[in-house]
Amino acid sequence: MNLRNKSLLLSFAFSMAVSAPAMANEQVSAEGAQSEVIHLAQVSGANIFNRNLKKEEQRNAPPPEDGIHDTENEGTFVLQAPLEAYQGLPPSEYGNYVDWVKAIDEKKLNPRWDRVNSAEEPFVMDMDIVREVKASVPDVVFPHRQHTEWLACSNCHPAIFIPQKGANQINMSGILLGQQCGVCHGKVSFPITTKSCVKCHSKPKPADWQPPLSESTLKNPWR
Amino acid sequence: MSRTTKHSKWRYILLGIATWLAAFTMPQTAQAEYGDVVINNYADAAGIRPVVFPHWFHRIRFRCKVCHADLGFAFKAGGNKIDMAKIIDGKFCGACHNGEVAWSVENCSMCHSGIPGTPTHFHGSTVQRLIAPAYKPVEAK
Ligand code: HEC
Ligand code: HEC
Ligand code: HEC
Repeated sequence: MNLRNKSLLLSFAFSMAVSAPAMANEQVSAEGAQSEVIHLAQVSGANIFNRNLKKEEQRNAPPPEDGIHDTENEGTFVLQAPLEAYQGLPPSEYGNYVDWVKAIDEKKLNPRWDRVNSAEEPFVMDMDIVREVKASVPDVVFPHRQHTEWLACSNCHPAIFIPQKGANQINMSGILLGQQCGVCHGKVSFPITTKSCVKCHSKPKPADWQPPLSESTLKNPWR
Repeated sequence: MSRTTKHSKWRYILLGIATWLAAFTMPQTAQAEYGDVVINNYADAAGIRPVVFPHWFHRIRFRCKVCHADLGFAFKAGGNKIDMAKIIDGKFCGACHNGEVAWSVENCSMCHSGIPGTPTHFHGSTVQRLIAPAYKPVEAK
């Protein structure tokens, strides 16, 4: 590749990196097949898997500056700013930039388990489910403890997960599309970013780990 | 002469400048807090601002279970078909926003605070960042 082509490619890639998030923000609405209006939602940022793309400019913006609250509405200015409420909570590197699990573990936070009765305690169950991943990424450990601090069994069982080890088909594409773990992770619970993989993929593979062979490979007599 | 056509380098420099300008004059990204939900099933059609629900504010005070198990909120933006009648009846938001557990529904502008025309969506979700899903507004009855 000569210098000219290279610089063209570079300048294009660079300007895309700058303009893509801004362009994606434009709201699109289209006339659907049965002439019903389909709104495409606002895309909020750059592809977070590409670390070369633009980072969020402002973390935890106060409501009047966050781009979804109407500044012509007087109520917007009465609302609390997130950073004010997060004072003293342990930080994290993604989502709300608050480590919600640690906040409860360290007793910095004790949200109610019942709508009115602040004395009611959650039913915490400490049971880890290890899911061996066929790919070379570390295995997934699903911790019931952290989940039952926040959620009731009925939130996951049986609608999202059959309560039986290995009975559920879980994969990354589903999670990224908002299914399985992605029903919560990527929306309210910690998001899926390049920094958060290790939260779920937390059990290193054994030193002698080999990728599993496919059925057809195993059947191949010339293997 | 080589087979590739030779262009002046100015062509590329101009292209670069044009893209840069375009990038900076385009609307900037919304930076709302992670977990904020815009709910606009009926609001726009009724001539009032859409609702912004802040998850972060509520999870400081209540665990997920209170709303998602006890009060029956489905895990889906816009999936609960909440309207004012249900709220005043003590369902969904109205289970707490009744002047007893939390401030009451008289404070319209605190919930109805979104920019008009914003569709129902889960702000900043991974799905949204990867693809823009189609959100179908529920038909107002
Ligand atoms: C955040 C979602 C979530 C919550 C809340 C949750 N579970 Fe689970 N549970 C799972 C997942 C995921 C699995 C693993 C399923 C698999 O491997 O396919 C599982 C597995 C199980 C299993 C099967 C274990 C085994 O060895 O086969 C039981 C039993 C179970 N859960 C009981 C409960 C109970 C009781 C509660 C409430 C205290 C609860 N779960 C809360 C997600 C959840
Ligand atoms: C919310 C928890 C969670 C996060 C965060 C997460 N994963 Fe996963 N991942 C899973 C689960 C669960 C599976 C399925 C495990 C199985 O096969 O049972 C999986 C499977 C995978 C697989 C195997 C292929 C597949 O689709 O099943 C790869 C590769 C992978 N993850 C990579 C990543 C990378 C890279 C990241 C960070 C960007 C990441 N994961 C973040 C939970 C997570
Ligand atoms: C019903 C909602 C829900 C589902 C489904 C769910 N989670 Fe979670 N998860 C949470 C919440 C809430 C927390 C608390 C931390 C937070 O909000 O970031 C949490 C925390 C975690 C943590 C603990 C992080 C820590 O700091 O210790 C891990 C690991 C995790 N989830 C993995 C998974 C995996 C893997 C799956 C899918 C098999 C899954 N979760 C499915 C709601 C959910």
